[in-house]
Amino acid sequence: MPVLCNSCAEKRAVLKRPKTGHSLCKECFFWAFEEEVHQTIVAAKLFKPGESVGIAASGGKDSTVLAHVMKLLNERYKYGLELTLLSVDEGITGYRDDSLETVKRNQQQYELPLKIVSYEELYGWTMDAIVKQVGLKNNCTFCGVFRRQALDRGAIMLKVDKICTGHNADDVAETVLMNVLRGDIARLRRCTAISTASEGDGVVPRCKPLKYAYEKEIVLYAYFKKLDYFSTECIYSPNAYRGYARTFLKDLESVRPSSIMDIIHSGENLSVKEGVRMPVQGTCSRCGYISSQPLCKSCVLLEGLNRGLPKLGIGKHHRFHEKILSQQPFTEKEEKKLKSVEF
Amino acid sequence: MCQAEEEYSDELGSAHVPSVSKKCVKCKEATAAVVIRAGDVYCRACFKEYYIHKFRATLGKNRVIFPGEKVLLAVSGGPSSCSMLHQVQEGLSQSVHKKLRFLPGIVYIDEGGAVGRSVEERLRTMAELQAVFKATGFQFYIVPLEEVLDLPGSVVVSALAPPERANSTYKAEVDHFMHSNCSTRSAPQDQDHEALPEVQESATQMLQQLMLSAKTLTARQNLLNTLRQHLLVHMARTRGYSKLMLGDSRTRLAVKLLTSLSLGRGAQLAQDTGFSDSRYGDIISVRPMRDHSAKEVFYYNHLFHVTFLFIPSLDTKQMTDKASVQRLTESFVTKLQEEFPSTVSTIYRTSEKLQTAGRCSSTGDQCERCLLCLCTLDTAVDDASAFQATLISEQLSQTAWPRVDRSKVAKHQGKPESTSFTAQYCSAKAGAQDCGGCCSFAKEPEPMDLRSLLCYSCQLTIRDMSSIEHLPPYILSEAQRRHRRCEMREEISEFLLDSGKDD
Repeated sequence: MPVLCNSCAEKRAVLKRPKTGHSLCKECFFWAFEEEVHQTIVAAKLFKPGESVGIAASGGKDSTVLAHVMKLLNERYKYGLELTLLSVDEGITGYRDDSLETVKRNQQQYELPLKIVSYEELYGWTMDAIVKQVGLKNNCTFCGVFRRQALDRGAIMLKVDKICTGHNADDVAETVLMNVLRGDIARLRRCTAISTASEGDGVVPRCKPLKYAYEKEIVLYAYFKKLDYFSTECIYSPNAYRGYARTFLKDLESVRPSSIMDIIHSGENLSVKEGVRMPVQGTCSRCGYISSQPLCKSCVLLEGLNRGLPKLGIGKHHRFHEKILSQQPFTEKEEKKLKSVEF
Repeated sequence: MCQAEEEYSDELGSAHVPSVSKKCVKCKEATAAVVIRAGDVYCRACFKEYYIHKFRATLGKNRVIFPGEKVLLAVSGGPSSCSMLHQVQEGLSQSVHKKLRFLPGIVYIDEGGAVGRSVEERLRTMAELQAVFKATGFQFYIVPLEEVLDLPGSVVVSALAPPERANSTYKAEVDHFMHSNCSTRSAPQDQDHEALPEVQESATQMLQQLMLSAKTLTARQNLLNTLRQHLLVHMARTRGYSKLMLGDSRTRLAVKLLTSLSLGRGAQLAQDTGFSDSRYGDIISVRPMRDHSAKEVFYYNHLFHVTFLFIPSLDTKQMTDKASVQRLTESFVTKLQEEFPSTVSTIYRTSEKLQTAGRCSSTGDQCERCLLCLCTLDTAVDDASAFQATLISEQLSQTAWPRVDRSKVAKHQGKPESTSFTAQYCSAKAGAQDCGGCCSFAKEPEPMDLRSLLCYSCQLTIRDMSSIEHLPPYILSEAQRRHRRCEMREEISEFLLDSGKDD
């Protein structure tokens, strides 16, 4: 006997919601999913009428669903937002070039303007070139740090007021776990925030409208909406340590499906003792970007690449900052340590 | 989402295997007996000193236990709590100026009834522990968990904390204590606990029914922890103890922190895993073993012949790691620890940086505390929160959208009727009252809704229960009392000038 939709009690249910366990028909699921994102946007006051918003688009499922839902809600609820797609080309052959094709198709399907910024134009390095020098071990550090800044630079070129990213509930919960496992109390405290405040020049406020959407529901939504998205893992192997947290989270979800929301709830209600030392936000003395150190991470990484010392920005080498700034040479011993390991 | 800012393999260090005849890193004379961390080898004597020092330092640093205070040691029979007992014995046999200055007692709670052990097995365990406890000369209590069924409602009410003793007076009190009487061991007691407690079969059955009404092992474990905690506090209160000493090791606490986090207890993490926990007001729980890793506990127990037992618990017979959130977390931490030896201490250090969220000051306001875990309720949160988002999801999955007037939803801006669950419940109740005699169904005993009285995480536990009717009477009657107060407040709300929160 077919199961009836828990919501309308008329149509046949086609799916069981991973988030609540209810059986829903296609239309009711679409409605619930979209409505939830809308309520998140309204409750957290993410946007103001008339703002221009850059949607960080990678071509993957999260950002494709985000672009689709943002466009739909903007029209349905008359947010009055001016939407633009913003993509970063990391320069990964066989991965990003293909996914950018998806973004270009999305651009036409959703009739939204698209801006692509590339690592090559911003930093003079593509990820392919970086991996050639660094190897496969710490390349994700470069990619992640550069992307954060690239999005800001792209947003400034576009003159948008805000960036929204496709981070979903699973991503947020995973980050909470990661920060506990790394003992990073400063990030633990802020990682569940739905939006970042305007932090100064060169930084555009960001928000996560899909913060409470389960990854599985995003896939279901994309699947039933037949959205065009790109679903290949990055060819440069994903970070192993984060993999542990991810597996743990998936296991938790299978034991108790609400775990993802439970962890976010935990993160939102953490209270850090007064007197615990937190990094102070300053600006990079080279590029002016936000940084808690004299030099921002991407300047240090870039310096390392350009000097042929890729390990300069891996791990904590704050003592080198002064040397880089005053352009002192490194000792032979230091150079040896910072060169990539030969295999 | 794949960026990693640090390299983790660096923390591994070089794990070189020490040669057999390696010398102790501390005294550099004696032959090493244990490897604590990679490279750190200790001889027997130095290890003992190191272990004892950590225990005393944890107590000394925190200055929570005052001289002459009665402290109840919660001993489960497991390695860590038995090691703790051994530490206290050790501390009391020291010379005068080094001697621990509190009056210890021991409590063992026999959970066999909840776990499904036979009467014979339970008696055997109790007899073994009784022998251990007798040898200490301390006052001890062996209590079956079934006694939780007869607790008074006051257990789930946070008592008013005694006037706080300032840290500054600690030293004066110690001096005073040293001069007046230095005997901490109370006069030889006539233990009237020679006979092991007898448990009525009907009580065991009721306890088992309660455990079975929890549909998931996760909820069952939470329930058992809650009941045990209540009974421990009750024992301390009725026997005149003001501190409860728990034997959680550092490894245990790291697992607990990650478990609590996964169960939505972020706001309660500091109380769940910190050194001291004052949620009960008058009885403070302390965790002096929090600096000892499980490995160190095992080494110590082995080298110094500390007796401990293996007592089956709820998840002992579960073959799969995915049996419960607790079990899954434990195996996750254990496996990660093998590969990254700094895992446990990194997680544990997080617990030291957290505090109890200060949403409402501890004024002893009952309505604001969870009925089960007694922590401050964390459910009165902003609209933009995981809790509200979950409520909205549930609501949207059950109401037909075509019937919802779209424009109305838009105008409403998607806010649920009320932001607080308590208020929701109360207004619903008040609504039923309003129609007075006309609708008779309102007077029928409806199944009690505990949710408004519980914190986020305890709501999850109750949600996993088929019914709440098997909960012990003290919990249900306290729930009724709180509901009645809530209704009363609703009725008189328009005459209350302040928010009317004093209970």
